[in-house]
Amino acid sequence: MEAFVSLANGLSVAIQPMNLLFALIGVLLGTAVGVLPGIGPALTVALLLPITFKLDPAGSIIMFAGIYYGGMYGGSTTAILINTPGESASMATALEGNKMAKAGRGGPALATAAIGSFVAGTIATLGLTFLAPYLVDIAVSFGPEDYFALMCVAFVTVSATFGDSPVRGLTSLAIGLLLGLIGIDILSGQSRLSFGVPELYDNIEVTTLAVGLFAVGEALYVASRRHVHEEKLEAVRGSLWMTKEDWKRSWKPWLRGTAFGFPIGALPAGGAEIPTFLSYSTEKRLTKYPDEFGKGAIEGVAGPEAANNAAAAGTLVPLLTLGLPTSATAAMMLAGFQQYGLNPGPLLFADQPNLVWGLIASLFIANAMLLVLNLPLVGLWVKLLAIPQPWLYAGILVFATMGTIAANPSPVELIMLTIFGVLGFLMRRFDFPIAPVVVGLILGPIAESQLRRALSISLGDPMVLMQSPISATLLVIAAIALILPFFLKGLSRFKAVED
Amino acid sequence: MSTSPRRRVDVAGLAIALILLVLAGIVWWDMTKLQILSPYDLGPKVMPIVVSGGLVLLAIGNAIGALRGDLPARDSLDWTPIVLILGGLAALIILIAVGGGFMIGTALLFATTSTAFGRRAFVTDFIIGAVIAVFVYVLFAKLLTLSLPAGPLERLF
Repeated sequence: MEAFVSLANGLSVAIQPMNLLFALIGVLLGTAVGVLPGIGPALTVALLLPITFKLDPAGSIIMFAGIYYGGMYGGSTTAILINTPGESASMATALEGNKMAKAGRGGPALATAAIGSFVAGTIATLGLTFLAPYLVDIAVSFGPEDYFALMCVAFVTVSATFGDSPVRGLTSLAIGLLLGLIGIDILSGQSRLSFGVPELYDNIEVTTLAVGLFAVGEALYVASRRHVHEEKLEAVRGSLWMTKEDWKRSWKPWLRGTAFGFPIGALPAGGAEIPTFLSYSTEKRLTKYPDEFGKGAIEGVAGPEAANNAAAAGTLVPLLTLGLPTSATAAMMLAGFQQYGLNPGPLLFADQPNLVWGLIASLFIANAMLLVLNLPLVGLWVKLLAIPQPWLYAGILVFATMGTIAANPSPVELIMLTIFGVLGFLMRRFDFPIAPVVVGLILGPIAESQLRRALSISLGDPMVLMQSPISATLLVIAAIALILPFFLKGLSRFKAVED
Repeated sequence: MSTSPRRRVDVAGLAIALILLVLAGIVWWDMTKLQILSPYDLGPKVMPIVVSGGLVLLAIGNAIGALRGDLPARDSLDWTPIVLILGGLAALIILIAVGGGFMIGTALLFATTSTAFGRRAFVTDFIIGAVIAVFVYVLFAKLLTLSLPAGPLERLF
């Protein structure tokens, strides 16, 4: 009941005209960037951070959430129409969706993706609404050692457990943690790894890192292998609408996809990739039309798309209640909160209930807006795909550099942007995951301060981490999550089989 | 390297392991210069020790992977576009550093990037880039009141 009252209050914030406008801008921008290959929601939020810090916090955060949800919708359009999923979470959608588009059933594929995303997003946001107060109640009793242990779990699951290679994932995380060390240590006032460069004393900007890795890195990578990789756009032919048969075959996969997506997203595990593939293989097993799989089965689009969106909403649970980002976009949203001096977690629910519940309520609104806007505007979104690739990437780099110097007007910031771009390029080339770097940079300093608080309370005795039952349990979970993938290389094999 | 039946040592993978080892050394060396203020705990040294130790372990892990040839197969690489894009970024950085403002640099970056992606109309793209630069300048500086590095061109507005 408490959740209903809070949500009603939030709704009164969310329907203020300015906030509705921000939500609308968010979903439109999000869909646009989701559709465009080369820009994802994480990069968009990163680019918008410097230009929004003078705006109203509630409005901008509502806009960021709209971008997150919109990006998920937009990504499916690209996956279906050009078989080059912009993000790994859309890979399963591309498998069947692109086949449907080639067979002239692009319309129903887009429709089942959009409606499935709406169903999943709404159910998952309801899950967030009712789960959040419970988690907040639990999190209030957490001491610094428990928070540190929780972050260890997030570090491990984000980087090692669900990736292709635990070693490469952990390497990415270590690079992020290393970057997080750079700058003046707040507690002791000493500078670390700054080498006398004044720009480094203020720590590495999360936006510069994210823009470098995502925008510059992606541009370098795509340009360098343009000669081996060509994209082909499928036109949307035939009716946009789903037949009765399509509806009948879609609704169960939507619900099953949601059931996979939300819990996995809500665990501090991160990544919408696993639930989408789980959903895909489940639908493949349960379908009455097994011969259609691989040739364009609608269940193979409906399920993974629902899972994808439910997982995206799920990642907001640890983000809002614990301050724990488990995806690159969630990390950028955390940076968005931080630029207004807000720290997501149980205290935010107590101090700023209007902002938190306004955000949650506006997620429902954003979801409804996406459903209404997406299908009628699909022609417009498809036109975005017609922007010539040279101008698209040139434009991305121009906005990336301008956003960076607008935040920090110094050539050194651009040099860092370039270095991070080269890093992003090399990581893509050698198949190191990008998200753990961003999560490591933003979560590393927080984990460090919790660890040091715990250690100073215990007068330097590291056993404090084992004496709290919560912290001990979480550290054991982290250890299992770290060791498990070395023994069971099942997930990567499972993915290879699906291909 | 999965194309060859016998897995070969991946030199690039060994280079990555070496870089990680060097980074671990830098973090450790930097840590030794820090002073501990509290008599009870390691304070600012805790995280550098953890990160440095972790990097050493990961260097070993990456080296083992490289020796076993575990790295994924890579496409051939076209260096020209990389040089073009990085050149555009370098030109922008130098122009801002010497007080030339960002507009010319941004237009140049737009043109070099679009050349890197296969366009063969440098002058046209330079002009398009300049138009975008003016548009963004007005948007950022006038509407959002953010400061962008100004050169002779920017002062005209």
